[in-house]
Amino acid sequence: MSFKSEFSKGIIKENPTFRMLLGMCPTLATSLAISNGIGMGLAATFVLVGSNVIISALRKVTPEKIRIPIFVVVIATFVTTVDLIMAAFLPDLHEVLGIFIPLIVVNCIIFARAEAFAFQHGIVDSLADGLGMGLGWTLALCGLSAIRELLGTGTLLAIPDFGFPGIRVFDQSLAAVMVILPPGGFITLGLLIGLLNLVANRKNKRAQEG
Amino acid sequence: MGKLLVIFFGGVLLNNFILSRFLGICPFIGISQRVDTAAGMSAAVIFVMGLASVVTWFFHNMILVPLGLEYLQTIGFILIIAALVQLVEMVIQKTSPTLYQALGIYLPLITTNCAVLGVTILNISESYNLLEAAVNGVAGASGFALAIILFAAIRERMELSEIPESLKGFPIALITAGLMSMAFLGFAGFRLEALFGVM
Repeated sequence: MSFKSEFSKGIIKENPTFRMLLGMCPTLATSLAISNGIGMGLAATFVLVGSNVIISALRKVTPEKIRIPIFVVVIATFVTTVDLIMAAFLPDLHEVLGIFIPLIVVNCIIFARAEAFAFQHGIVDSLADGLGMGLGWTLALCGLSAIRELLGTGTLLAIPDFGFPGIRVFDQSLAAVMVILPPGGFITLGLLIGLLNLVANRKNKRAQEG
Repeated sequence: MGKLLVIFFGGVLLNNFILSRFLGICPFIGISQRVDTAAGMSAAVIFVMGLASVVTWFFHNMILVPLGLEYLQTIGFILIIAALVQLVEMVIQKTSPTLYQALGIYLPLITTNCAVLGVTILNISESYNLLEAAVNGVAGASGFALAIILFAAIRERMELSEIPESLKGFPIALITAGLMSMAFLGFAGFRLEALFGVM
C-alpha cells in the first residue's frame, strides 16, 4: 500500500463516520455549526496523527499484554496538548466543544486506528492513515454540521471566535430549531446514513445488472 | 438533600446522558439488541460510574490540586477508570459467569464509554462535593440505564417490522433514538429546584 492509498481510504471508502460508524458521541454533540465541525475534526486529526506515529514508532518495544494502557497514555498526552492549545488560542470554540475535547481520549476512531493499524504498520503508513482518517472524519462532521447549521439557524459558517456572524441564507423565523437540539442530531445523522446506503445500494445493483 | 435530588433527577431525566448530552452512544447502539444484556450492561455501568466518580474526586482534590497538577486530569482519570473496569470485569467473571458470557467483549469497552470519563470531568468542572459527585455518577448511569433498556425493548419489537432496505440497522436505530430524545425533551420544562425547594 502506498502513502496515497493509505491516505485516501479514510476519506471515502472507509470513512469513520459513514462507513465504519465510529466516534458517534462527538459527531452528534458537536455538529451544530461548521466552525465547530472543523475545530473538533482538526483537534481529533492532530491527536490521531500524533498517536498513530508514536504508537507505530514504539510498536517493536511495546509488550503485547500492556499495549492498551500504553495507547491510552500516548493518546491522552496528545489530547491534553490540544486541550491546552485550544483553551489558549480559541477560547470560544473551546467553550462550545466543552468536555468533548478531553473526551477525544475515549474516541473509538483513535483507539481503533491505534489497535488495528498503527500497531502493525510502519511510521509513514501510519501517518498517512491518521491524516486520511482524521480528514475523513472532519469532512463527515462538516457535512453533518452544514446541514444542521443551515436548517437549524438559517445561517452558514458562523465563526464566533473571529466575530463573524455567518451568512444568512433564510430568515431566522423559518429555521427549525429542533434540528440543532439533540433529537435533530440523531435523526439527521440517521437519515444521512440511510441516504448514503441508498446511493451505495443503487450503485451496486447497477453494477450487477450492467 | 434537596440539591442531591435535583442532581439525581436532573441526571436521569432532564440531562439524560445519552439522549441529551450525547455521552455513551457506542454501547447504547452496540448492545441494545436484547433487554437482558442491556440490563446487565447498565448494572455494570452504574457500578463503574458511581465508583469512578468517588475515586476520581479523591484523586483530583487530594492529589492533583495540592500539587498543582490539574492539567494531568485527563491522563489520570482515564487510567483510574481503566483500572476500575478491569477490577469489575474480574469480579463479574468470578461471581457470575453467565453474565460475563453475555456481556463478552463489551465489558472492556466500558473503559472507552465516554459517559464514564464524561461524568468524572463534569463532577470536577461543576465543582461538586464528594456526595454530590457520587450522586451525579449514579444518576448519570441510571439515566443511561433507563435509556438503553427502553431502547432495547423498542428494538426487540422492531426486529419483526418491515424497514426500508437502506435504513436497516444503524440508521433506523439512530432515528428511533432521535424520537426518544424528543420525548425526553419534554422533561426540560420541569422546575426541579422549585419542586425540591432549592433556590
